[in-house]
Amino acid sequence: MDLLFAIIAGVLFASGVYMMLRRSIMKLLMGLVLIGHAANIAIFTAGGLTRARAALIADDATTLDAGTADPLPQALILTAIVISFGVLVFAMVLVSRAWSAVGDDDTDSFTGTDR
Amino acid sequence: MSILPALPIIIPLVTAAVSVMLWRWVGAQKVLAIIGSLGLLWATVALLLRVDSHGIMVLQVGNWPAPFGVSFVADRFGSIMAVLAAVTGVATMCYSPGSVDSRRQAMLYYPLVNVLLAGVCGAFLTGDIFNLYVWFEVLLMSSFVLLALGGERAQLEGAIKYVTLNLVSSALFLIAVGILYGAVGTLNMADIAVKVRSAPEPGLITAVAVLFMVAFGIKAAVFPLFFWLPSSYHTPPFAVSAIFAGLLTKVGVYALIRVFTTIFTHDTDYTHTILMIIAGLTMVTGVLGAAAQMEFRRVLSFHIISQIGYMVMGLALFTPLALAGSIFYIIHHIIVKANLFFIAGIVHRIRGTSDLKVAGLRGVYETSPLTCVLFFIAAMSLAGVPPLSGFFAKLILIRAGLETESYVIVAVAIVVGLLTLFSMAKIWAEAFWKSPGEDGVESVGVPTMPPTKMMLAVSAVLALGTVLIGIFAGEVFGLAQRTAEELLDANRYIRAVLGEAP
Repeated sequence: MDLLFAIIAGVLFASGVYMMLRRSIMKLLMGLVLIGHAANIAIFTAGGLTRARAALIADDATTLDAGTADPLPQALILTAIVISFGVLVFAMVLVSRAWSAVGDDDTDSFTGTDR
Repeated sequence: MSILPALPIIIPLVTAAVSVMLWRWVGAQKVLAIIGSLGLLWATVALLLRVDSHGIMVLQVGNWPAPFGVSFVADRFGSIMAVLAAVTGVATMCYSPGSVDSRRQAMLYYPLVNVLLAGVCGAFLTGDIFNLYVWFEVLLMSSFVLLALGGERAQLEGAIKYVTLNLVSSALFLIAVGILYGAVGTLNMADIAVKVRSAPEPGLITAVAVLFMVAFGIKAAVFPLFFWLPSSYHTPPFAVSAIFAGLLTKVGVYALIRVFTTIFTHDTDYTHTILMIIAGLTMVTGVLGAAAQMEFRRVLSFHIISQIGYMVMGLALFTPLALAGSIFYIIHHIIVKANLFFIAGIVHRIRGTSDLKVAGLRGVYETSPLTCVLFFIAAMSLAGVPPLSGFFAKLILIRAGLETESYVIVAVAIVVGLLTLFSMAKIWAEAFWKSPGEDGVESVGVPTMPPTKMMLAVSAVLALGTVLIGIFAGEVFGLAQRTAEELLDANRYIRAVLGEAP
């Protein structure tokens, strides 16, 4: 299971980098999204994959009993998803505005500030 | 438990929230922004005084004991950085009315700067590695909007590069946090520092450390990860450039120093050697890049990069004196660099251009001698001419380098200092000294205005700051030395956060 998820994260990362290296700003955005997903899967895997129960404390207990999944990586991923969602919306608007200002989606047209 | 360590975050956030409610009344937002940033300055100075005399202050949010809840930890280093953030904040708020046009001001400019300040202070004061990621996102989000606000073509082009590189850095940071959690099972920095020492796989920890180095290196704009900086920092209004130049890369440097003193000290031969190479190359590429530029703010942007090299050099040498040098350098750099961008804004207002090749920029000396004096002080300080603050900052680092017999990096630091003087002399000659009469003056065709008194006052106060840091270098160095000792003794940090147990 760990191996499968590691491969998924790796493939997502590779696809993300590939998309970012294309010359279109729209594909650049796609690449950023894929890398964000790769990061989330990586946290999920590094936090320990298990088929254990959800981390709910039973009615008659005060602590978690053994054999429950670690809820913390899930909380981290949830936070990261929310943040990346906001950032993504901003980046989409930015790309759209930049496209209408420059009139082209080829990244080679975006070098005006480097000269 | 005092709430003082959280005040530098609460004050700007509350100010931002109230300003958003006043979104129709830009005049009220201006006043509120200045009051809010003065409040922030008060809180951070109170925090620094308290921490300096009574030791590290810890606030366990929601009374969850560490390492289970999120801790806010104010040690000397974090508090000094927060004070510097507040100083830059006050300066920017006072300077903005003369620099940012009313269209941008009406688009919630002031609340955005306040959120930026909250994010920066949060990053300086948190004691939890995932919380650090969240504060990074807070400050990045507001910096994205500030950079693109106004929607000019250059701004949008710069913003795309800035956003892309910073999002990649955030993703790497996130992965590093995830793997670190998988390896040690905790997110509290003090607890991580304890567990890293007895980690079963030191190789994995080193790999994570390098991942953090890359993530923070992009944010700090070190070699070879700096390309986003000179292509974006000269595009927004001057006030925004100044607060970015003063604060944002220094958050990256702060994070580097924090994790590579408190957490990852298990294999300094490997990690700090890499840092040393990075530091040298960063200094050289930054200063050579600046030599090739002919735009006021692009020259200054490349100099940010070369100065970051000095700060990383202190971390890489990893002795008490070298770290004290880094901290002194950060104190000096934030004040001087923000001021140079403020002066660039004043010159732009007087002449209507920042392009050093345009003849219309010349002869600012005749129009505004005061601007000329202010630039001279700041530029000489940046280049490290005694008795200004930059001289002592470089002196401490070079001395620390000689003590550890790292002659190569010392030679690089000295040569880069000279080349900095060359770049500053170039700006001085082109913008201030050359008579506008030489080779015919053409007007730039942009309406020009005299700078407001407030803009000059802000710049003058910051210039006075660099002179005072130079005059009272002993006191500032004492503080930097105490801070460095505290940083190198990670046990003090750990005891303060986790209690007496470990």
